[in-house]
Amino acid sequence: MKDKKNTFTVSIYTENNIGLLNRISAIFLKRHINIESLTTSQSEIDNIYRFVIVVSVTESMIKRIIKQINKQIEVISSFYHTNQETIFLETALYKVKSKSLFDEKHIQKIIKESQANIVIVSPNYFVIEKTGWREETEKLYNELEPYGLLQFVRSGRISVSKEPMNISNILGLNTDK
Amino acid sequence: MMSSNKKISGAEAVIRSLIEEGVDLIYGYPGGAIMPIYDELYKFQDKLNHVLTRHEQGATHAAQGFSRVSGKVGVVMATSGPGATNLVTGIADAQIDSTPMVCITGQVASHLLGSDAFQETDIIGISTPVTKWNCQVTKAEDIPKVLSKAFYIAKSGRPGPVLIDITKDAQFELFNYSYKKCISVRSYNPVPNYSSDLIEKAGQLVNNAKKPFIVFGQGVILGNAEIEFRDFIEKTGIPSAWTILGLSALPTDHYLNVGMVGMHGNYGPNVLTNECDLLIAVGMRFDDRVTGNLKTYAKQAKIIHLEIDPAEIDKNVKCDVPLLGDVKTTLPLLTKIVKNNTHDIWLKTFSSYYKKEFEKVIENEINPSKPGLTMAEVIKEINLSTNGNAVIVTDVGQHQMVACRYAKFNESKSNVTSGGLGTMGFALPAALGAKMGAPNREVVAIIGDGGYQMTIQELGTIFQTGSAVKIVVLNNDFLGMVRQWQQMFFEKRYASTELVNPDFVTIAKGYYIDADRVSERKNLKLAINKMIKSKKPYFLEVKVEKEDNVFPMIPTGASVSDIRLE
Repeated sequence: MKDKKNTFTVSIYTENNIGLLNRISAIFLKRHINIESLTTSQSEIDNIYRFVIVVSVTESMIKRIIKQINKQIEVISSFYHTNQETIFLETALYKVKSKSLFDEKHIQKIIKESQANIVIVSPNYFVIEKTGWREETEKLYNELEPYGLLQFVRSGRISVSKEPMNISNILGLNTDK
Repeated sequence: MMSSNKKISGAEAVIRSLIEEGVDLIYGYPGGAIMPIYDELYKFQDKLNHVLTRHEQGATHAAQGFSRVSGKVGVVMATSGPGATNLVTGIADAQIDSTPMVCITGQVASHLLGSDAFQETDIIGISTPVTKWNCQVTKAEDIPKVLSKAFYIAKSGRPGPVLIDITKDAQFELFNYSYKKCISVRSYNPVPNYSSDLIEKAGQLVNNAKKPFIVFGQGVILGNAEIEFRDFIEKTGIPSAWTILGLSALPTDHYLNVGMVGMHGNYGPNVLTNECDLLIAVGMRFDDRVTGNLKTYAKQAKIIHLEIDPAEIDKNVKCDVPLLGDVKTTLPLLTKIVKNNTHDIWLKTFSSYYKKEFEKVIENEINPSKPGLTMAEVIKEINLSTNGNAVIVTDVGQHQMVACRYAKFNESKSNVTSGGLGTMGFALPAALGAKMGAPNREVVAIIGDGGYQMTIQELGTIFQTGSAVKIVVLNNDFLGMVRQWQQMFFEKRYASTELVNPDFVTIAKGYYIDADRVSERKNLKLAINKMIKSKKPYFLEVKVEKEDNVFPMIPTGASVSDIRLE
């Protein structure tokens, strides 16, 4: 069906400006759309920033949203992609009591099999890092949870598109926004 | 570009920047956080006229009225906190009706930001969703470049409001001032490129159409494309209807002007929207008040959409040929490639629908046989008295629909109303702004008794400036449009729509404004002529029938072709 909701990754290239996050999130707020994940970082171009936003909406809605985002003065350009059109990851950190690392042999097996890394080991706790898809970080969460998680946190999605986005061209020509 | 080695304050830089932008009129209201700027205004009063409104909302609407008749950017100043929040309604109105406006607000000193200081409010956060752009300035050196960018953004492309918030310390700070006009912003493309292929395709659709129909909006006025538009429709002979904001872009009497589309528009244009084979939308955005039910809107027609804002393409109505760009550029390209044509039979269809509407609605409205005065006959008398040369400023509600339906216009930029936002209280301050923006023209504000009392205090500003605004209140002692809906859709449960009104004539006189009241038909013409002849501000209350309804009407959710005549 054409108007079915789908997960879209929105990539937005912007100037670095205070308030722009508000301006972009307001576009979703106005349409009563929940932002599932949001990250901002530097992009491949000096002084150009990149937002990666994940939402679940219909394709006709995401098209309209992209146009509204593009309309914002300090947005250089924005794009939307389906999961199949991007390479995307999330990073999760798991803080666990050190005692369990030594007492529970099984934990070491879990870490090894999930291809997670131990970031730090201190007398009281150790921290595991896992980067991957949501299912992978969730699986590790479920496996570690019985041993007692002191803290858990997962980043928003970061993603690069398979197709080029040609931001330099857009900036060079200041056109085709 | 001007520069000097002498250091000046941020506050003086604000004034000098405004002068560089050609501003000579500001509407505003002083207060603590903007006092340094007002102190500079005092020194520059020979160059900049500041109009002290009675409420900051009034300042925004006055600036809008000024902009809508003059085509210039309206400028507003207010202090921090409540001064700034009082601007929000006017900014939202300017945003949705694409009115260029620059608002400058004072802000608490930068070291106090976030401390809940006296009169501190996050106006950047508050105004973000309703501004085209906004920016907070905390350093004096940023003032010239931010203001030049503000004016560029406000007036370029699809115009809109911009808010600049300047902390008090930035206003005091001294720096080396220089001014350079902003001519581009790298992340902003105000006028998107059109495609020659699509122009070609549109031309073919126009040439092949048997029953083409045009709906034009404010884009024609904002693009100063009235002549280009006339050239196009006269060459192609296409019947043309207007949205409420497109009103006055084409003279009322033009042979191809077939009236208004939308909820209270004319019968023919609404019904025939669903019979045309080609719909050409020129500088309009398919508002729900225009389209009615989208599922049944012009489904049989091919649609060409001429539009400057890419976000409007396919937003509400999917078009077959999008023609991006300024209509001043794209219309002549289209005119060049279309054939000379007439559509006499098709045009006559509109006439026959008009005849039906005239018999069922219009005749009874403008020449009523019942004793009570109708709003339409008041508008008719104003048309006669001004020969259709006045600027008509309307508020929101029944009177607005009636005025737009019946007012006669000979020239563009003559209709000022709050369309998209529907802001009651808009008209009185907007009329003041319109009069100052077009001082040689007659400006008549037509207002309901409800909306009038939302900004009635601006009578003080009208008196103080001596602006010869003519104010007509069509008083039915009701919030008439809401009452009409209660009658039609809520079984006459008149919840909180009846107003017990004060003596409006006495109030106007209290502001030293000449005032009169008329409640009988035999006195109407004389009263209106007397008002129009006056060289001073003038107030006229007309007691109209209490429970008249505005027809035709497309009920919410109904199709345009299901428009009701009664």
